Amino acid sequence: MRKILDVNNLNITFDTFAGPVSAVRGVSFTLHEGETLAIVGESGSGKSVASKSIMGILADNGKITNGSITYTKDNGEDIDLAKLSEHEYQSIRGKEIAMVFQDPMTSLNPTMTIGRQIMEPIMKHQGCNKAEAREKAEELITLVGINEAKKRMNQYPHQFSGGMRQRIVIAIALACNPRILICDEPTTALDVTIQAQILELIKDLQQKTNVAVIFITHDLGVVANVADRVAVMYAGRVCEIGTSNEIFYNPCHPYTWGLLASMPDLDTNEELLYAIPGTPPNLLIPPKGDAFAFRSEYALKIDYEEQPPMFKVSDTHYAATWLLHEQAPKVTPPAAVLRLREKGGYAHES
Amino acid sequence: MFKYILKRIGYMIITLFLVLTVNFLLLQLIPGSPFDGEKVTEAQKIILEQKYGLDDPIPVQYIRYMKGVVQGDFGVSFKLQNQEVSDLVLTRIPYTIKPGALALLIGVVVGILFGAIAAMKRNSWADHTITIISVLGVSIPSFVLAAFLQYFICSKLGWLPLLYQPKDTVRGISAMDEFKSLILPSISLAVPVIASLMRYMRSELIEVLNTDYILLARAKGLTRTQVIFHHALRNALIPVITVVGPMVVSIMTGSLVIEQFFGVPGLSKLMLNSVTMNDQFLTLGIAFFYAVLYVVVILVIDLLYGVIDPRIRLTGGAK
Repeated sequence: MRKILDVNNLNITFDTFAGPVSAVRGVSFTLHEGETLAIVGESGSGKSVASKSIMGILADNGKITNGSITYTKDNGEDIDLAKLSEHEYQSIRGKEIAMVFQDPMTSLNPTMTIGRQIMEPIMKHQGCNKAEAREKAEELITLVGINEAKKRMNQYPHQFSGGMRQRIVIAIALACNPRILICDEPTTALDVTIQAQILELIKDLQQKTNVAVIFITHDLGVVANVADRVAVMYAGRVCEIGTSNEIFYNPCHPYTWGLLASMPDLDTNEELLYAIPGTPPNLLIPPKGDAFAFRSEYALKIDYEEQPPMFKVSDTHYAATWLLHEQAPKVTPPAAVLRLREKGGYAHES
Repeated sequence: MFKYILKRIGYMIITLFLVLTVNFLLLQLIPGSPFDGEKVTEAQKIILEQKYGLDDPIPVQYIRYMKGVVQGDFGVSFKLQNQEVSDLVLTRIPYTIKPGALALLIGVVVGILFGAIAAMKRNSWADHTITIISVLGVSIPSFVLAAFLQYFICSKLGWLPLLYQPKDTVRGISAMDEFKSLILPSISLAVPVIASLMRYMRSELIEVLNTDYILLARAKGLTRTQVIFHHALRNALIPVITVVGPMVVSIMTGSLVIEQFFGVPGLSKLMLNSVTMNDQFLTLGIAFFYAVLYVVVILVIDLLYGVIDPRIRLTGGAK
């Protein structure tokens, strides 16, 4: 599989009245053609900011202060998105990289017909005339599972339900056959049955178009459903990254432990459901060592002093915790995590 | 849609009827008679009151007046040589409409344009300048502004005529001259409109620019201009339209000072005179015209909403 996106040591800072906030602090990950990478993390962990920076649509006060976002074009040419001008970016957005937003109720223009909203990127990027764009838009509406495309073209967003609007947003995103689709919590604002439909739709379309998907969510259930690989973010950093199996059955970072342990499963009956204590750190004053140390019962002394590097667990699995250092004491993860390891066949390790 | 407009026109007629009734009754509260004066003897006064039917009981007067109105007869002026009220009003309407319409055009175009610029270049020097101008525009009274403009542009610089000159081929005043003489009164009328529309437009557009659908429009790869013109402006205009309605009316009715300054023979001067002279039917007639103007403007604004906002169009009219 070819590498399509390489985010390297990305740093993003927002200028606020209170001072600069380091929302993303040295994030690195790669994305390959046709795969789904889920970025998981709680609110404020920097996952949305990182994805918006890939689209070049950060808020005005946000700046990439360091690092690169290398996008490999279809013809093999590498471009650093972090250094693109606004004008150059306009030929990338919607054409090479597209995005689906969180809230379908607000992400469509209320005073423009659905048809025109889908036709816009087609006419912009593919040089189509109106009639051709119209035809393509009708095809897209059918593709995302909405009937009577012709009639729907002339309707307005308020005549659509939330789930249908999200389908339209997906149709807009896929209008120009992008190579990367960023889904920023696309199911969070929908109810559970619609969530499942939208996830199915995204998976289905991914198989048809071979688009690479970055799926941002805080819902681990959704992650297990869609992701090939998972990056766990905390306080603006990736603290663990690996394949879905590795993250779910052999988590190594105490934060990932906490996340998985706080999900009820069928075996959770004898013990109290786990909850991660404390609150995320204030990124106005980023912590010196491991940002999660203050909330972790497994924190070592060095965790408070020095940021752990990414330790290699396997070729595809890395975690930023001093617990993986060869001199670190052996600790026993929470019972829920041990059960997961057993299920996944990782029990013999550690 | 047609049914909706018919219904609205029905409401308009009821509104106008109520306005006339209330105005008629309120005018009865004015003490004295229109014919009080040093040169008028008691006997002459009685003859005059009989002539205009003012000696009848109020209900009789009211019914007689309303009957006339229904037939298009708004009575005659007591003071202005028995001229028909409708003639008096109709001959002056153009002199109120001309500067008013020009002021509205200037006000809406400049106000929305500058408000939009301020929103797009938020916190730049352009934004700050526009904000300061809008505060000045709202707080400077129109007579100060009118005097200021007259002093600098007419007296000092001599660019534009001091007073309004209606087109008059005999005296060699062309339409162009009339237009030139209309510029200053129009600007004086437009400044408060510009100032408040700029503020509205700025805050509405800033709000719209922060919405998700603008982010989505950017994510489609549209240029900044496309995002603003295709997505943002229309949505920002919906609330702005609301405030334009009352502005139209206040331009048309509130031009008294401006008419005085520039010698425009418009309606508000006539209205002031009619009130001070207790010229009942004339006052009623002018007030009626303003009321008609108001309800028509409100109807137009409501119909405009439907054109701009599909959500209103589909729930309000079509069915």
